[in-house]
Amino acid sequence: MIAFWQNLGKSTIERLASIGRATSLLLGALFNVPNIKKGTPLLIKQLYSVGFLSLIIVIVSGLFIGMVLALQGYTVLQGYGAEGSLGPLVALSLLRELGPVVTALLFAGRAGSALTAEIGLMKATEQLSSLEMMAIDPLKRIVAPRFWAGMISMPLLALIFSAVGILGAHLVGVNWLGVDTGSFWSIMQAEVSFEKDILNGIIKTVVFAFLITWIALYRGYDCIPTSEGISSATTKTVVQSSLAVLGFDFVLTAIMFSS
Amino acid sequence: MSQNIVEIKDVTFTRGDRVIYKNMSFNVPKGKITAIMGPSGIGKTTMLRLIGGQLKPDSGDILFEQQSIPKMSRKILYQARKKMSMLFQSGALFTDMTVFDNVAFPIREHTSLNEELIRIIVLLKLELVGLRGAKNLMPSELSGGMARRAALARSIALDPDLIMYDEPFAGQDPISMGVLVKLIKSLNNVLNISSLIVTHDVTEVMSIADHVVIIADKGVIGEGSPQDMLKHESPLVQQFLQGLSDGPVPFHFEAKDYSKDLLSEQSEGDYQ
Repeated sequence: MIAFWQNLGKSTIERLASIGRATSLLLGALFNVPNIKKGTPLLIKQLYSVGFLSLIIVIVSGLFIGMVLALQGYTVLQGYGAEGSLGPLVALSLLRELGPVVTALLFAGRAGSALTAEIGLMKATEQLSSLEMMAIDPLKRIVAPRFWAGMISMPLLALIFSAVGILGAHLVGVNWLGVDTGSFWSIMQAEVSFEKDILNGIIKTVVFAFLITWIALYRGYDCIPTSEGISSATTKTVVQSSLAVLGFDFVLTAIMFSS
Repeated sequence: MSQNIVEIKDVTFTRGDRVIYKNMSFNVPKGKITAIMGPSGIGKTTMLRLIGGQLKPDSGDILFEQQSIPKMSRKILYQARKKMSMLFQSGALFTDMTVFDNVAFPIREHTSLNEELIRIIVLLKLELVGLRGAKNLMPSELSGGMARRAALARSIALDPDLIMYDEPFAGQDPISMGVLVKLIKSLNNVLNISSLIVTHDVTEVMSIADHVVIIADKGVIGEGSPQDMLKHESPLVQQFLQGLSDGPVPFHFEAKDYSKDLLSEQSEGDYQ
Protein backbone atom coordinates (compact mmCIF):
# COMPACT_ATOMS: atom_id res chain seq x y z
CA MET A 1 0.00 0.00 0.00
CA ILE A 2 2.87 2.36 0.91
CA ALA A 3 4.52 1.50 -2.41
CA PHE A 4 1.34 2.57 -4.22
CA TRP A 5 1.32 6.00 -2.56
CA GLN A 6 5.08 6.34 -3.12
CA ASN A 7 4.65 5.60 -6.84
CA LEU A 8 1.70 7.96 -7.07
CA GLY A 9 3.66 10.74 -5.35
CA LYS A 10 6.71 10.10 -7.55
CA SER A 11 4.74 10.19 -10.79
CA THR A 12 2.87 13.35 -9.67
CA ILE A 13 6.15 15.12 -8.88
CA GLU A 14 7.60 13.99 -12.23
CA ARG A 15 4.53 15.28 -14.10
CA LEU A 16 4.64 18.62 -12.29
CA ALA A 17 8.37 18.93 -13.01
CA SER A 18 7.68 18.10 -16.66
CA ILE A 19 4.97 20.81 -16.86
CA GLY A 20 7.42 23.25 -15.25
CA ARG A 21 10.15 22.43 -17.80
CA ALA A 22 7.67 22.72 -20.67
CA THR A 23 6.47 26.12 -19.42
CA SER A 24 10.01 27.36 -19.00
CA LEU A 25 10.80 26.25 -22.58
CA LEU A 26 7.67 28.03 -23.86
CA LEU A 27 8.56 31.26 -22.07
CA GLY A 28 12.10 30.97 -23.43
CA ALA A 29 10.73 30.63 -26.97
CA LEU A 30 8.23 33.46 -26.53
CA PHE A 31 10.56 36.03 -24.99
CA ASN A 32 13.84 35.13 -26.71
CA VAL A 33 12.93 36.51 -30.11
CA PRO A 34 16.13 36.71 -32.18
CA ASN A 35 16.96 40.11 -33.69
CA ILE A 36 15.66 40.86 -37.18
CA LYS A 37 19.00 40.59 -38.99
CA LYS A 38 19.97 37.18 -37.58
CA GLY A 39 16.47 35.87 -36.83
CA THR A 40 14.81 36.43 -40.22
CA PRO A 41 16.94 33.92 -42.20
CA LEU A 42 16.42 31.36 -39.42
CA LEU A 43 12.66 31.92 -39.49
CA ILE A 44 12.51 31.70 -43.29
CA LYS A 45 14.46 28.42 -43.22
CA GLN A 46 12.04 26.98 -40.67
CA LEU A 47 8.98 28.30 -42.54
CA TYR A 48 10.28 26.36 -45.52
CA SER A 49 10.86 23.07 -43.68
CA VAL A 50 7.86 23.25 -41.33
CA GLY A 51 5.35 24.98 -43.61
CA PHE A 52 6.28 24.73 -47.27
CA LEU A 53 7.31 21.09 -47.12
CA SER A 54 3.93 20.26 -45.50
CA LEU A 55 2.08 21.82 -48.45
CA ILE A 56 1.88 18.71 -50.63
CA ILE A 57 0.28 16.49 -47.98
CA VAL A 58 -2.14 19.29 -47.00
CA ILE A 59 -3.18 20.06 -50.60
CA VAL A 60 -3.66 16.40 -51.57
CA SER A 61 -5.60 15.63 -48.37
CA GLY A 62 -7.72 18.77 -48.76
CA LEU A 63 -8.56 17.88 -52.35
CA PHE A 64 -9.65 14.34 -51.53
CA ILE A 65 -11.58 15.31 -48.41
CA GLY A 66 -13.43 18.01 -50.38
CA MET A 67 -14.26 15.51 -53.13
CA VAL A 68 -15.50 12.88 -50.65
CA LEU A 69 -17.57 15.50 -48.79
CA ALA A 70 -19.22 16.52 -52.07
CA LEU A 71 -20.00 12.91 -52.98
CA GLN A 72 -21.45 12.09 -49.55
CA GLY A 73 -23.28 15.41 -49.25
CA TYR A 74 -24.77 15.16 -52.72
CA THR A 75 -26.19 11.69 -52.04
CA VAL A 76 -28.02 12.90 -48.90
CA LEU A 77 -29.08 16.35 -50.22
CA GLN A 78 -30.40 14.91 -53.48
CA GLY A 79 -32.97 12.93 -51.46
CA TYR A 80 -34.50 16.22 -50.31
CA GLY A 81 -34.01 18.00 -53.61
CA ALA A 82 -31.57 20.32 -51.89
CA GLU A 83 -28.40 19.58 -53.87
CA GLY A 84 -28.02 23.34 -54.41
CA SER A 85 -26.96 23.56 -50.75
CA LEU A 86 -23.88 21.42 -51.43
CA GLY A 87 -21.70 24.55 -51.50
CA PRO A 88 -22.46 25.79 -47.95
CA LEU A 89 -22.42 22.22 -46.57
CA VAL A 90 -18.90 21.63 -47.83
CA ALA A 91 -17.67 25.14 -46.99
CA LEU A 92 -19.01 25.13 -43.43
CA SER A 93 -17.71 21.60 -42.72
CA LEU A 94 -14.27 22.55 -43.98
CA LEU A 95 -13.94 26.04 -42.51
CA ARG A 96 -15.38 25.28 -39.08
CA GLU A 97 -14.16 21.77 -38.45
CA LEU A 98 -12.34 19.64 -40.98
CA GLY A 99 -9.91 22.30 -42.16
CA PRO A 100 -8.47 23.15 -38.73
CA VAL A 101 -8.65 19.61 -37.26
CA VAL A 102 -7.43 17.53 -40.20
CA THR A 103 -4.67 20.04 -41.01
CA ALA A 104 -3.62 19.96 -37.34
CA LEU A 105 -3.49 16.15 -37.33
CA LEU A 106 -1.49 16.14 -40.58
CA PHE A 107 0.77 18.90 -39.24
CA ALA A 108 1.41 16.92 -36.05
CA GLY A 109 2.36 13.84 -38.07
CA ARG A 110 4.41 15.64 -40.73
CA ALA A 111 6.01 18.66 -39.04
CA GLY A 112 5.60 17.95 -35.29
CA SER A 113 7.35 14.59 -35.48
CA ALA A 114 10.13 16.10 -37.62
CA LEU A 115 10.69 18.92 -35.10
CA THR A 116 10.93 16.47 -32.18
CA ALA A 117 13.27 14.11 -34.01
CA GLU A 118 15.50 16.97 -35.22
CA ILE A 119 15.88 18.60 -31.81
CA GLY A 120 16.24 15.20 -30.10
CA LEU A 121 19.07 14.28 -32.47
CA MET A 122 20.70 17.67 -31.94
CA LYS A 123 20.63 16.87 -28.22
CA ALA A 124 22.00 13.34 -28.73
CA THR A 125 24.86 14.61 -30.90
CA GLU A 126 25.70 17.31 -28.32
CA GLN A 127 24.87 20.14 -30.75
CA LEU A 128 22.66 21.84 -28.14
CA SER A 129 25.37 21.57 -25.48
CA SER A 130 27.90 22.87 -27.95
CA LEU A 131 25.70 25.92 -28.65
CA GLU A 132 25.48 26.60 -24.93
CA MET A 133 29.23 26.33 -24.60
CA MET A 134 29.59 28.81 -27.46
CA ALA A 135 27.52 31.24 -25.37
CA ILE A 136 24.56 30.93 -27.74
CA ASP A 137 21.18 30.26 -26.16
CA PRO A 138 19.60 27.20 -27.86
CA LEU A 139 16.16 28.53 -26.94
CA LYS A 140 16.86 31.63 -29.00
CA ARG A 141 18.74 29.96 -31.87
CA ILE A 142 16.90 26.64 -32.20
CA VAL A 143 13.56 26.70 -30.37
CA ALA A 144 12.22 30.22 -31.03
CA PRO A 145 12.44 30.18 -34.88
CA ARG A 146 10.77 26.76 -35.00
CA PHE A 147 8.02 27.88 -32.62
CA TRP A 148 7.17 30.98 -34.65
CA ALA A 149 7.42 29.06 -37.93
CA GLY A 150 4.80 26.61 -36.60
CA MET A 151 2.56 29.44 -35.38
CA ILE A 152 2.69 31.20 -38.77
CA SER A 153 2.53 28.26 -41.16
CA MET A 154 -0.15 26.07 -39.58
CA PRO A 155 -3.06 28.60 -39.89
CA LEU A 156 -2.02 29.30 -43.50
CA LEU A 157 -1.91 25.57 -44.23
CA ALA A 158 -5.42 25.17 -42.76
CA LEU A 159 -6.76 27.96 -44.98
CA ILE A 160 -5.14 26.35 -48.03
CA PHE A 161 -6.63 22.99 -46.98
CA SER A 162 -10.15 24.47 -46.84
CA ALA A 163 -9.75 26.37 -50.12
CA VAL A 164 -8.48 23.29 -51.96
CA GLY A 165 -11.24 21.20 -50.32
CA ILE A 166 -13.90 23.57 -51.68
CA LEU A 167 -12.33 23.39 -55.16
CA GLY A 168 -12.35 19.57 -54.88
CA ALA A 169 -16.02 19.66 -53.91
CA HIS A 170 -16.73 21.93 -56.88
CA LEU A 171 -14.92 19.50 -59.16
CA VAL A 172 -17.08 16.57 -58.02
CA GLY A 173 -20.34 18.39 -57.26
CA VAL A 174 -20.51 20.78 -60.23
CA ASN A 175 -18.29 19.30 -62.94
CA TRP A 176 -19.15 15.65 -62.33
CA LEU A 177 -22.53 15.40 -60.60
CA GLY A 178 -24.09 18.44 -62.30
CA VAL A 179 -24.96 20.76 -59.42
CA ASP A 180 -25.56 24.28 -60.70
CA THR A 181 -22.37 26.29 -60.37
CA GLY A 182 -24.27 29.53 -59.64
CA SER A 183 -26.18 28.07 -56.70
CA PHE A 184 -23.01 26.28 -55.47
CA TRP A 185 -21.15 29.58 -55.08
CA SER A 186 -23.99 32.01 -54.30
CA ILE A 187 -25.62 29.95 -51.52
CA MET A 188 -22.15 29.36 -50.08
CA GLN A 189 -21.47 33.10 -50.13
CA ALA A 190 -24.81 33.81 -48.46
CA GLU A 191 -24.49 31.15 -45.76
CA VAL A 192 -20.82 31.47 -44.74
CA SER A 193 -20.18 34.28 -42.28
CA PHE A 194 -16.67 35.73 -42.09
CA GLU A 195 -16.73 36.28 -38.34
CA LYS A 196 -18.58 33.19 -37.21
CA ASP A 197 -17.11 30.65 -39.60
CA ILE A 198 -13.85 31.82 -41.10
CA LEU A 199 -12.48 33.77 -38.12
CA ASN A 200 -13.47 31.10 -35.60
CA GLY A 201 -11.78 28.52 -37.82
CA ILE A 202 -8.61 30.61 -37.87
CA ILE A 203 -8.71 30.99 -34.07
CA LYS A 204 -8.94 27.21 -33.81
CA THR A 205 -5.92 26.73 -36.05
CA VAL A 206 -3.87 29.23 -34.04
CA VAL A 207 -4.67 27.31 -30.84
CA PHE A 208 -3.82 23.98 -32.51
CA ALA A 209 -0.59 25.39 -33.92
CA PHE A 210 0.40 26.57 -30.44
CA LEU A 211 -0.34 23.16 -28.90
CA ILE A 212 1.40 21.06 -31.55
CA THR A 213 4.52 23.21 -31.83
CA TRP A 214 4.87 23.50 -28.07
CA ILE A 215 4.49 19.74 -27.50
CA ALA A 216 6.84 18.90 -30.40
CA LEU A 217 9.58 21.28 -29.26
CA TYR A 218 9.32 20.29 -25.62
CA ARG A 219 9.38 16.56 -26.38
CA GLY A 220 12.50 16.99 -28.52
CA TYR A 221 14.26 19.27 -26.05
CA ASP A 222 13.44 17.07 -23.05
CA CYS A 223 14.01 13.65 -24.64
CA ILE A 224 16.47 11.07 -23.38
CA PRO A 225 19.34 11.47 -25.88
CA THR A 226 19.40 7.87 -27.13
CA SER A 227 17.82 6.25 -30.19
CA GLU A 228 15.12 4.73 -27.99
CA GLY A 229 14.52 8.06 -26.23
CA ILE A 230 14.13 9.96 -29.51
CA SER A 231 11.79 7.32 -30.92
CA SER A 232 9.63 7.48 -27.79
CA ALA A 233 9.63 11.30 -27.81
CA THR A 234 8.53 11.38 -31.48
CA THR A 235 5.68 8.95 -30.75
CA LYS A 236 4.64 11.04 -27.75
CA THR A 237 4.58 14.18 -29.89
CA VAL A 238 2.18 12.67 -32.42
CA VAL A 239 -0.06 10.98 -29.85
CA GLN A 240 -0.22 13.84 -27.36
CA SER A 241 -0.63 16.63 -29.88
CA SER A 242 -3.35 14.69 -31.78
CA LEU A 243 -5.26 14.10 -28.54
CA ALA A 244 -4.75 17.71 -27.44
CA VAL A 245 -6.09 18.93 -30.81
CA LEU A 246 -9.21 16.74 -30.59
CA GLY A 247 -9.85 17.69 -26.95
CA PHE A 248 -9.39 21.42 -27.52
CA ASP A 249 -11.49 21.21 -30.69
CA PHE A 250 -14.46 20.03 -28.64
CA VAL A 251 -13.98 22.80 -26.07
CA LEU A 252 -13.54 25.51 -28.71
CA THR A 253 -16.51 24.27 -30.74
CA ALA A 254 -18.66 24.30 -27.60
CA ILE A 255 -17.60 27.89 -26.86
CA MET A 256 -17.84 29.18 -30.44
CA PHE A 257 -20.84 27.48 -31.96
CA SER A 258 -23.20 26.35 -29.18
CA SER A 259 -25.91 28.92 -28.80
CA MET B 1 47.71 37.55 -10.46
CA SER B 2 46.81 33.89 -10.17
CA GLN B 3 48.83 31.32 -12.10
CA ASN B 4 45.70 29.19 -12.52
CA ILE B 5 43.01 29.69 -15.12
CA VAL B 6 40.64 27.31 -13.35
CA GLU B 7 40.52 26.47 -9.65
CA ILE B 8 38.30 23.71 -8.30
CA LYS B 9 37.71 24.24 -4.59
CA ASP B 10 36.13 21.58 -2.34
CA VAL B 11 33.55 20.64 -4.95
CA THR B 12 30.89 18.11 -4.02
CA PHE B 13 28.54 16.96 -6.75
CA THR B 14 25.83 14.32 -6.58
CA ARG B 15 23.58 12.94 -9.26
CA GLY B 16 20.45 11.46 -7.72
CA ASP B 17 21.69 9.37 -4.79
CA ARG B 18 25.12 8.84 -6.33
CA VAL B 19 28.01 10.95 -5.09
CA ILE B 20 30.26 11.79 -8.05
CA TYR B 21 32.75 14.09 -6.27
CA LYS B 22 33.30 14.71 -2.61
CA ASN B 23 35.28 17.79 -1.55
CA MET B 24 37.42 17.66 -4.67
CA SER B 25 40.06 20.33 -5.29
CA PHE B 26 42.63 20.86 -8.02
CA ASN B 27 43.98 23.61 -10.27
CA VAL B 28 44.40 24.07 -14.00
CA PRO B 29 47.55 26.18 -14.57
CA LYS B 30 47.47 29.00 -17.10
CA GLY B 31 49.17 28.40 -20.46
CA LYS B 32 49.78 24.72 -19.76
CA ILE B 33 48.26 21.43 -20.93
CA THR B 34 46.45 19.77 -18.05
CA ALA B 35 45.18 16.20 -18.32
CA ILE B 36 42.37 14.83 -16.19
CA MET B 37 42.55 11.05 -16.16
CA GLY B 38 40.73 8.30 -14.38
CA PRO B 39 38.81 5.07 -14.90
CA SER B 40 35.62 5.07 -16.97
CA GLY B 41 32.47 6.29 -15.31
CA ILE B 42 34.30 8.39 -12.75
CA GLY B 43 32.72 11.64 -13.92
CA LYS B 44 35.49 13.21 -16.00
CA THR B 45 33.12 14.72 -18.55
CA THR B 46 30.94 15.93 -15.68
CA MET B 47 33.92 17.98 -14.50
CA LEU B 48 34.10 19.76 -17.86
CA ARG B 49 30.37 20.51 -17.69
CA LEU B 50 30.85 21.91 -14.18
CA ILE B 51 33.65 24.17 -15.38
CA GLY B 52 31.51 25.25 -18.35
CA GLY B 53 28.64 26.09 -16.00
CA GLN B 54 26.26 23.58 -17.60
CA LEU B 55 25.99 21.87 -14.20
CA LYS B 56 26.19 23.38 -10.73
CA PRO B 57 28.02 21.76 -7.81
CA ASP B 58 26.13 20.96 -4.58
CA SER B 59 28.83 22.74 -2.61
CA GLY B 60 32.27 24.22 -3.16
CA ASP B 61 33.37 26.68 -5.82
CA ILE B 62 34.76 26.67 -9.35
CA LEU B 63 36.81 29.71 -10.32
CA PHE B 64 37.49 30.65 -13.92
CA GLU B 65 39.95 33.54 -14.14
CA GLN B 66 39.21 34.17 -10.44
CA GLN B 67 35.45 34.47 -11.01
CA SER B 68 33.02 31.98 -9.51
CA ILE B 69 31.24 30.06 -12.28
CA PRO B 70 28.33 28.71 -10.14
CA LYS B 71 27.55 32.19 -8.81
CA MET B 72 27.46 33.87 -12.21
CA SER B 73 24.22 35.17 -13.65
CA ARG B 74 23.26 33.72 -17.04
CA LYS B 75 24.46 36.86 -18.81
CA ILE B 76 27.88 36.90 -17.14
CA LEU B 77 28.23 33.14 -17.60
CA TYR B 78 27.69 33.60 -21.35
CA GLN B 79 30.38 36.31 -21.33
CA ALA B 80 32.76 33.89 -19.57
CA ARG B 81 31.92 31.12 -22.05
CA LYS B 82 33.15 33.31 -24.89
CA LYS B 83 36.61 32.93 -23.33
CA MET B 84 36.41 29.13 -23.12
CA SER B 85 35.54 26.49 -25.64
CA MET B 86 34.90 22.80 -25.54
CA LEU B 87 35.68 20.07 -28.02
CA PHE B 88 32.97 17.46 -27.57
CA GLN B 89 33.63 13.76 -27.94
CA SER B 90 31.34 13.55 -30.97
CA GLY B 91 32.66 16.81 -32.43
CA ALA B 92 29.10 18.20 -32.30
CA LEU B 93 29.40 19.84 -35.71
CA PHE B 94 26.15 21.33 -37.01
CA THR B 95 25.03 18.81 -39.59
CA ASP B 96 23.15 21.31 -41.75
CA MET B 97 26.22 23.48 -42.39
CA THR B 98 29.46 23.01 -44.34
CA VAL B 99 32.79 22.80 -42.51
CA PHE B 100 33.42 26.46 -43.44
CA ASP B 101 30.08 27.63 -42.00
CA ASN B 102 30.60 25.55 -38.87
CA VAL B 103 33.89 27.33 -38.17
CA ALA B 104 32.43 30.71 -39.14
CA PHE B 105 29.36 30.15 -36.93
CA PRO B 106 30.71 31.46 -33.57
CA ILE B 107 32.41 34.39 -35.34
CA ARG B 108 29.19 35.39 -37.10
CA GLU B 109 27.21 35.04 -33.87
CA HIS B 110 29.52 36.99 -31.61
CA THR B 111 31.20 39.59 -33.81
CA SER B 112 30.12 42.06 -36.45
CA LEU B 113 33.07 41.38 -38.76
CA ASN B 114 32.40 41.51 -42.47
CA GLU B 115 32.28 38.31 -44.53
CA GLU B 116 35.64 38.92 -46.21
CA LEU B 117 37.38 39.11 -42.84
CA ILE B 118 35.45 36.10 -41.54
CA ARG B 119 36.57 34.14 -44.62
CA ILE B 120 40.22 34.92 -43.88
CA ILE B 121 39.90 33.96 -40.18
CA VAL B 122 38.11 30.69 -41.03
CA LEU B 123 40.73 29.76 -43.64
CA LEU B 124 43.50 30.48 -41.10
CA LYS B 125 41.85 28.23 -38.52
CA LEU B 126 41.18 25.47 -41.05
CA GLU B 127 44.80 25.66 -42.23
CA LEU B 128 45.93 25.12 -38.63
CA VAL B 129 44.04 21.82 -38.47
CA GLY B 130 44.89 20.87 -42.06
CA LEU B 131 41.34 21.02 -43.40
CA ARG B 132 41.40 24.10 -45.63
CA GLY B 133 40.76 21.83 -48.61
CA ALA B 134 37.67 20.37 -46.92
CA LYS B 135 35.96 23.69 -46.30
CA ASN B 136 33.02 22.98 -48.60
CA LEU B 137 32.33 19.46 -47.33
CA MET B 138 29.34 18.65 -45.13
CA PRO B 139 30.02 16.99 -41.73
CA SER B 140 28.49 13.73 -43.02
CA GLU B 141 31.25 13.58 -45.66
CA LEU B 142 34.07 13.72 -43.07
CA SER B 143 35.83 10.81 -41.37
CA GLY B 144 35.73 10.68 -37.54
CA GLY B 145 39.23 12.16 -37.25
CA MET B 146 38.49 14.94 -39.75
CA ALA B 147 35.22 15.80 -37.97
CA ARG B 148 37.10 16.19 -34.71
CA ARG B 149 39.70 18.41 -36.36
CA ALA B 150 36.97 20.53 -37.93
CA ALA B 151 35.33 20.85 -34.50
CA LEU B 152 38.74 21.83 -33.12
CA ALA B 153 38.99 24.60 -35.74
CA ARG B 154 35.54 25.82 -34.67
CA SER B 155 36.51 25.75 -31.00
CA ILE B 156 39.54 27.99 -31.63
CA ALA B 157 37.59 30.34 -33.94
CA LEU B 158 37.21 33.03 -31.28
CA ASP B 159 40.72 32.57 -29.82
CA PRO B 160 39.60 31.33 -26.39
CA ASP B 161 41.74 31.41 -23.25
CA LEU B 162 40.86 27.83 -22.34
CA ILE B 163 40.03 24.82 -24.50
CA MET B 164 38.48 21.77 -22.89
CA TYR B 165 38.86 18.50 -24.78
CA ASP B 166 36.43 15.71 -23.96
CA GLU B 167 38.05 12.37 -24.83
CA PRO B 168 39.76 13.74 -27.96
CA PHE B 169 41.51 10.45 -28.76
CA ALA B 170 38.57 8.07 -28.30
CA GLY B 171 37.93 5.88 -31.33
CA GLN B 172 40.76 7.39 -33.43
CA ASP B 173 43.12 5.39 -35.63
CA PRO B 174 46.85 5.70 -34.76
CA ILE B 175 47.50 8.28 -37.52
CA SER B 176 44.56 10.54 -36.50
CA MET B 177 45.55 10.14 -32.87
CA GLY B 178 49.13 11.19 -33.60
CA VAL B 179 47.87 14.18 -35.61
CA LEU B 180 45.53 15.24 -32.78
CA VAL B 181 48.25 14.91 -30.13
CA LYS B 182 50.57 17.14 -32.18
CA LEU B 183 47.76 19.59 -32.92
CA ILE B 184 46.80 20.01 -29.28
CA LYS B 185 50.42 20.61 -28.33
CA SER B 186 51.08 23.07 -31.15
CA LEU B 187 47.81 24.96 -30.67
CA ASN B 188 48.60 25.35 -27.01
CA ASN B 189 52.01 26.81 -27.83
CA VAL B 190 51.12 28.85 -30.91
CA LEU B 191 47.96 30.43 -29.55
CA ASN B 192 49.27 30.65 -25.98
CA ILE B 193 46.12 29.15 -24.50
CA SER B 194 45.41 26.76 -21.65
CA SER B 195 44.26 23.25 -22.45
CA LEU B 196 42.31 20.83 -20.30
CA ILE B 197 42.12 17.29 -21.66
CA VAL B 198 39.83 14.65 -20.22
CA THR B 199 40.98 11.23 -21.35
CA HIS B 200 42.04 7.76 -20.38
CA ASP B 201 44.55 7.36 -23.17
CA VAL B 202 47.53 7.41 -20.82
CA THR B 203 50.45 7.15 -23.26
CA GLU B 204 49.25 9.85 -25.64
CA VAL B 205 48.35 12.40 -23.02
CA MET B 206 51.39 11.82 -20.81
CA SER B 207 53.59 12.71 -23.80
CA ILE B 208 52.17 16.23 -24.10
CA ALA B 209 50.72 17.10 -20.67
CA ASP B 210 52.47 19.55 -18.35
CA HIS B 211 50.15 18.83 -15.45
CA VAL B 212 48.24 15.62 -14.65
CA VAL B 213 45.26 15.15 -12.34
CA ILE B 214 44.09 11.59 -11.65
CA ILE B 215 40.55 11.21 -10.36
CA ALA B 216 39.17 8.12 -8.61
CA ASP B 217 37.11 7.37 -5.51
CA LYS B 218 35.15 10.65 -5.78
CA GLY B 219 38.28 12.80 -5.50
CA VAL B 220 41.78 13.52 -6.73
CA ILE B 221 44.19 10.68 -5.95
CA GLY B 222 47.23 12.20 -7.64
CA GLU B 223 48.23 15.57 -9.06
CA GLY B 224 51.51 16.82 -10.51
CA SER B 225 53.79 16.59 -13.53
CA PRO B 226 53.77 13.39 -15.65
CA GLN B 227 57.14 12.44 -14.13
CA ASP B 228 55.75 12.85 -10.59
CA MET B 229 52.80 10.67 -11.50
CA LEU B 230 54.96 7.86 -12.86
CA LYS B 231 56.78 7.78 -9.49
CA HIS B 232 53.58 8.19 -7.44
CA GLU B 233 53.33 5.82 -4.50
CA SER B 234 49.55 5.24 -4.68
CA PRO B 235 48.79 1.70 -5.95
CA LEU B 236 45.61 3.08 -7.55
CA VAL B 237 47.62 5.60 -9.59
CA GLN B 238 50.09 2.92 -10.63
CA GLN B 239 47.32 0.47 -11.57
CA PHE B 240 45.72 3.11 -13.77
CA LEU B 241 48.91 4.36 -15.43
CA GLN B 242 50.25 0.85 -16.11
CA GLY B 243 46.87 -0.53 -17.14
CA LEU B 244 46.97 -3.50 -14.73
CA SER B 245 43.76 -5.52 -14.65
CA ASP B 246 43.97 -6.25 -10.94
CA GLY B 247 44.65 -3.89 -8.10
CA PRO B 248 42.57 -1.51 -5.99
CA VAL B 249 40.13 -1.15 -8.91
CA PRO B 250 38.63 -4.62 -9.31
CA PHE B 251 38.28 -6.17 -12.78
CA HIS B 252 35.17 -8.10 -11.75
CA PHE B 253 31.82 -6.51 -11.08
CA GLU B 254 30.64 -7.29 -7.55
CA ALA B 255 29.23 -10.87 -7.46
CA LYS B 256 28.76 -13.79 -5.10
CA ASP B 257 31.41 -16.51 -4.73
CA TYR B 258 32.38 -17.96 -8.14
CA SER B 259 32.39 -21.67 -7.17
CA LYS B 260 29.15 -21.35 -5.24
CA ASP B 261 27.58 -19.55 -8.17
CA LEU B 262 28.60 -22.31 -10.63
CA LEU B 263 27.36 -25.14 -8.41
CA SER B 264 24.15 -23.51 -7.22
CA GLU B 265 20.70 -24.21 -8.65
CA GLN B 266 19.35 -21.78 -11.22
CA SER B 267 19.10 -18.58 -9.28
CA GLU B 268 16.31 -16.08 -9.28
CA GLY B 269 16.44 -13.74 -12.20
CA ASP B 270 18.64 -15.98 -14.41
CA TYR B 271 17.55 -17.12 -17.87
CA GLN B 272 14.52 -14.88 -18.00
